[in-house]
Amino acid sequence: MKHYLLSVCYPAGGKPPSPEALEKITRDINVVHRELKAAGGWVFAGGLHPGSSATVVRYQEGETLTTDGPFAEGKEYLGGICILRAPDLDAALQWAGKFAKATTVAIEVRPFQDEAHR
Amino acid sequence: MAGLPIEAIERLFRQEYGRSVAVLVRLCGSIDAAEEAVQDAFAEAIQRWPSTGLPPSPVGWIIKTARNRAIDRLRREAARDDRHAAAMTLLEQDESQEANVVRDDRLLLIFTCCHPALARGAQVALTLRLLGGLTTAQIARAFLLPETTLAQRIVRAKAKIRDAGIPYRVPQEQELPARLRGVLAVVYLIFNEGYMATGGDQAIRGELCDEAIRLGRVLVALMPEEPEVQGLLALMLLIDARRSARLGPDGELVLLSQQNRSLWDQRLLAEGQLLLDRCVQRNQPGPYQLQAAIHSVHNSAPGPEAVNWRQILNLYDHLLLLQPTPVVALNRAVALAEVEGPAAALAAVDRLELQTFYLFHAIRADLLRRLDRREEAVAAYERAIARSENAKEREFLLRRCQSLETP
Repeated sequence: MKHYLLSVCYPAGGKPPSPEALEKITRDINVVHRELKAAGGWVFAGGLHPGSSATVVRYQEGETLTTDGPFAEGKEYLGGICILRAPDLDAALQWAGKFAKATTVAIEVRPFQDEAHR
Repeated sequence: MAGLPIEAIERLFRQEYGRSVAVLVRLCGSIDAAEEAVQDAFAEAIQRWPSTGLPPSPVGWIIKTARNRAIDRLRREAARDDRHAAAMTLLEQDESQEANVVRDDRLLLIFTCCHPALARGAQVALTLRLLGGLTTAQIARAFLLPETTLAQRIVRAKAKIRDAGIPYRVPQEQELPARLRGVLAVVYLIFNEGYMATGGDQAIRGELCDEAIRLGRVLVALMPEEPEVQGLLALMLLIDARRSARLGPDGELVLLSQQNRSLWDQRLLAEGQLLLDRCVQRNQPGPYQLQAAIHSVHNSAPGPEAVNWRQILNLYDHLLLLQPTPVVALNRAVALAEVEGPAAALAAVDRLELQTFYLFHAIRADLLRRLDRREEAVAAYERAIARSENAKEREFLLRRCQSLETP
């Protein structure tokens, strides 16, 4: 079994969904979460507050430096993550497809380095 | 019979490399280890076969030897690493491989090479490297890329297959149609790059056409029930049959309507036609079968003036339904010009958003020429020339353009 990180990529500056749309998205995501748990692939998942809530910490010349985040302004921002267990990439991509449908945005799939999870 | 020439072994290498690597990837679970083992086995064959002659099943011998080399290598490394020990157990369990029945795992390998998680360029490079047995240098030359760029592309793709866990298997039934389309697209891209090189000063790079057809044959043998697989091979054969008529004495491009039909390869035409007849009987039309049918209509006409353009237009209409892309619409317009005249075709072409595509301007230019709108035709030829990346194609367009300027 391998571990994958699914990142929910929101386009920066996109219009936030209406409350009704958001309710449906939340409902749909919960359905996928339940399905993932039932299939034994669940590790962790959660939505994130926007980048404006982020704080960045650095260690420089013997001191920690704390600044208002986010770390980098990109074309998209991380809206949430899911860590799952799957036998191979095809299985992970199938979950990503379900999340993409539920969240209505792009999902990035990345494998974890093996050793940490052996 | 001793004295087997080295060339015969090299030929065998090209023929059997993909099949051997495919089996070894399944056994070792690693592409790099599989390639190394197969190369070791061929190195041994080059030492041995010139004096002993070919074994009864050369590919069986190569696979067996490669498997033993892989075990040797792992045994050396297993002392240091548990993971290698586990891999070795897997390899040793596979004693069951009967000596004479060699499993063909190339289908697994091609689906891995053409996995949608890999970039198209990487899919093409991996397919040519692993299934075609082409060297990195050969692939780089064929695609006019620096060898280091191509080598890096292959290394990265192999790393992604390993790290991301791209599986080594034929996709499940519900994924198969989409994944197969990806595989066929890679093979056809290799063919097209050979047939109409996008860059460089050679119009045709035959080795890429040959390789694509070879891959097409492998796919037909491995998936005999898929009409589009047969359709693609038929399409490539029907086009490739005209290869020697497509270039004039000075290597210049010759239009289909002006080709010397006696130069067409009758054997390839017959083979392509037979395949096409067979797959259309299944009544599951697809883009490759339809394109093959269009070429078949061209080929079966006794001469360029006797082409059944109405039938070609119907086939394009059907193709446009399955593949509603501007490029298909552009090609359809060429048939439309023959059926309804150049004015109707020009109107259809002018509706397309293809300004960056040289062929769009070349076809517009030709239609304008036929409508006797000379100045506009010259301007369109110039735009086509500016956008074509192939020297032979530019020369061809330039000749057409000049014939307009000097009446």
